Amino acid sequence: MQSPVPLNALLAILPEIILCVSACALFVMEPFIPKEKRDIMAYFSLVALTLSGLSLILLCGKNISAFNGMIVVDQYALVFKTLLLGASILTILISFQYIKIERIHLGEYYGLILFATIGMMLLPAATDLLSIYLSLELMSMSFYILAAFMRKDAKSIEAGIKYFLAGIFTSGLILYGIAFLYGITGTTHLGAIRATLASQSAPSILANPILFFALVLLITGFGFKIAAVPFHMWAPDVYEGAPTPVTALLSVGSKLATFSAMLRVFVFGLVVNANDWQQLLWVIAALTMTLGNVAALVQTNFKRLLAYSSIAHAGYLLMGLLAKSESGMAAVITHAVAYLFMTLGAFTMIILVCKEGSRGDQISDLKGLGQVYPMVGIAFILFALSLIGIPPTAGFVGKLLLFGAAIDGQFYWLAVIGVLNSAISLYYYFKVATVMFMEDPPDDIRPSFSMPLKVGLLVMAVTTVAIGLYPEPLIRTAFSSIRVLF
Amino acid sequence: MIPLSYYVVVSTLMFVIGLVGVLVRRNFLIILYSIELMLNAANINLVAFSHYLSSMVGQVLSLFVITIAAGEAAIGLAIIVVLFRKRATTNVDELNVLKW
Repeated sequence: MQSPVPLNALLAILPEIILCVSACALFVMEPFIPKEKRDIMAYFSLVALTLSGLSLILLCGKNISAFNGMIVVDQYALVFKTLLLGASILTILISFQYIKIERIHLGEYYGLILFATIGMMLLPAATDLLSIYLSLELMSMSFYILAAFMRKDAKSIEAGIKYFLAGIFTSGLILYGIAFLYGITGTTHLGAIRATLASQSAPSILANPILFFALVLLITGFGFKIAAVPFHMWAPDVYEGAPTPVTALLSVGSKLATFSAMLRVFVFGLVVNANDWQQLLWVIAALTMTLGNVAALVQTNFKRLLAYSSIAHAGYLLMGLLAKSESGMAAVITHAVAYLFMTLGAFTMIILVCKEGSRGDQISDLKGLGQVYPMVGIAFILFALSLIGIPPTAGFVGKLLLFGAAIDGQFYWLAVIGVLNSAISLYYYFKVATVMFMEDPPDDIRPSFSMPLKVGLLVMAVTTVAIGLYPEPLIRTAFSSIRVLF
Repeated sequence: MIPLSYYVVVSTLMFVIGLVGVLVRRNFLIILYSIELMLNAANINLVAFSHYLSSMVGQVLSLFVITIAAGEAAIGLAIIVVLFRKRATTNVDELNVLKW
């Protein structure tokens, strides 16, 4: 008898199946575990994520198209899947101590993180507007709950509500865009959309107002998800209010996963109309970089500062996307890897100084941390250098490729704006570093170290430097993985 | 047979009503309904296009959208219950702890 679902389709989603089963187990297991042994759940989810990562090896070198072309597991998808799994693993590592301090040590916390990871991992593999929409929703819905997870805390509830309203509003916009795109092309499969648009005669979408309208809706929708200006208003509030590890995963995972879907939709699916979306994204990228960096200058809350910094980084990444060239795509992937480690690293600093009754998210909370714990201080300096884009760190490699791609694509002004913005960012990252090293520590400085957090911090710092010193393997992988987009 | 444009006009009207509702109304529940209107506007479009293109994809997609909308409503109501316990309000303008 033939099985209704072919086996290689199951193989294609094996990593997600593992995570899904483990997440369900986590939801159920919490009542059976004594309170002092709750760390088991964290280790359980780490094992699940690692197993899922190992099962990615089975998919290496294959090119499986499953479920009628809904998802395609190719090298491009694998690179992003690995990246996003890494983000989740690091997030769980750094949240050990934090969730005990905030009293949210519950099975649902890990379960929801795993569900969000499933959504994020499906996004780069999705090649149909339907599967893109569904994975985006799976990811976002888990994050709505996670943002409001500290349900006794007014800030966290507010963050949850703001993210929820912005998120479902966005999904309405994306869906309306998808509906029109479907009406114009008669299909939701990206490959078929590309072929249909190429065969239609009108070279510019402006000739076809409905297509232009659909494009604007899609850009607005994705713009909300990656927190690009002018759709960024929710980001600083949500980042500040949500539990810190969730903020870290939100700013890294959800942003990069959305970017991976954007590359598929725009560079692969809508390539025929590139001229039109390039112009729109040009303006958005320039605004995003500038506003993100300028607003970060005046922040006193470190989490808000990082929120604006992550908005600015969305702008840099958009620059690579709109260059639309092979080097642009490879630059996006390289900078995505760099962004992952340096941003998670910076958020780890907030988690370190958090204690009972204080979230530790003011810049002044970091006073003297670098004096008392020089290794932590040095790690932060590395992350800051990387976020600014100074060698020998990963951020430098990423930005170099991004600016190079923008210049190759003859977006000279955009590259100039990007470089000027990087210079601005120097000020606010080093303002924080100065507080860490120059100001005297309070008497009761007692960072919440835990073994997993130390491991995580070490991994992030070492990778940031390692990529900066020896970026060739990463760049080569990035270049070979993006072939499927052209 | 009713022309396609009729459906598109109805759906556009629904979408605009929903959009204005989100921007103007300040009660969380009304905003939630307005967003449901936007999703259903897209559904009308999908089903109408599906019929006129003789392709089933649109109808399948709209079934998924209905499911997603139910999930969103569940999460939204859960969050609003948490808010109401804490603050006894459903007005989103009173959410002003976070700002710079």
